[in-house]
Amino acid sequence: MEVSTTQYKRCDVVKASGRVDSGTAPDLEAGLNAITNAGRYKIVLDMTDINFMSSKGWWVLIDTQKTCKRYKRGELVLVNVRGEIRSSLDLVGMGSYFKIFDDLTTAVGSF
Amino acid sequence: MKTVTLPGEYKSLEKISNIVVQAAREAGLNDLDTYEVDLAVDEACCNIIDHAYGGEGLGEMQCSVEVSDDKLTVVLKDHGRPFDPAQVPEPELNLPIEKVKRRGVGFFLMRKIMDELHYKHSPEGDNILVLIKHK
Repeated sequence: MEVSTTQYKRCDVVKASGRVDSGTAPDLEAGLNAITNAGRYKIVLDMTDINFMSSKGWWVLIDTQKTCKRYKRGELVLVNVRGEIRSSLDLVGMGSYFKIFDDLTTAVGSF
Repeated sequence: MKTVTLPGEYKSLEKISNIVVQAAREAGLNDLDTYEVDLAVDEACCNIIDHAYGGEGLGEMQCSVEVSDDKLTVVLKDHGRPFDPAQVPEPELNLPIEKVKRRGVGFFLMRKIMDELHYKHSPEGDNILVLIKHK
């Protein structure tokens, strides 16, 4: 899995690709933690190229969301979540934890 | 039936996924069912590594797939601690994000996704989990 980060004025955009499972979730976690540890809490995760996400990946997103939303200082939003991933998140009642956008421009513009 | 035996490590997950996805397609499952079975098996394998063995590299996992006319059967076998998924309580769903707990989500997913889930602890000391999805 590859994780890349771009810092914009309004927010940070993280792009990850491939499979997020127990083996690769720590890479995604490291990418997101690098941003929040630097004191930036407005994050867009571009999931266009993520084709699989297990519950280990969801917990990374949930932990990041909690960190970002604390003191109302920011939020983690998602872009282009594959239908199957969205469906499995809804299956366990976690779909409501994230705003999901269909395109990157709108997601970045939401901040 | 196709069987692989792999080390109980996270890097084995993708190899098992490839076998399961191929079998799901052979069984004629649609894209959503294929994804969900892949997810259920991944969660089951993670439970083997994390809970039955208590960490990576402490034992092997065996995965068998069988395609028949109307269903896909996945059998996972390990030599770790006995663990009956039926005994895991259902997680509370739709909680506010601050209150959500990790425990039980993987098993809840398995039960929700698969049409049948059978567990037994064999006399030889193996955990055997059978996951079945009908077409």
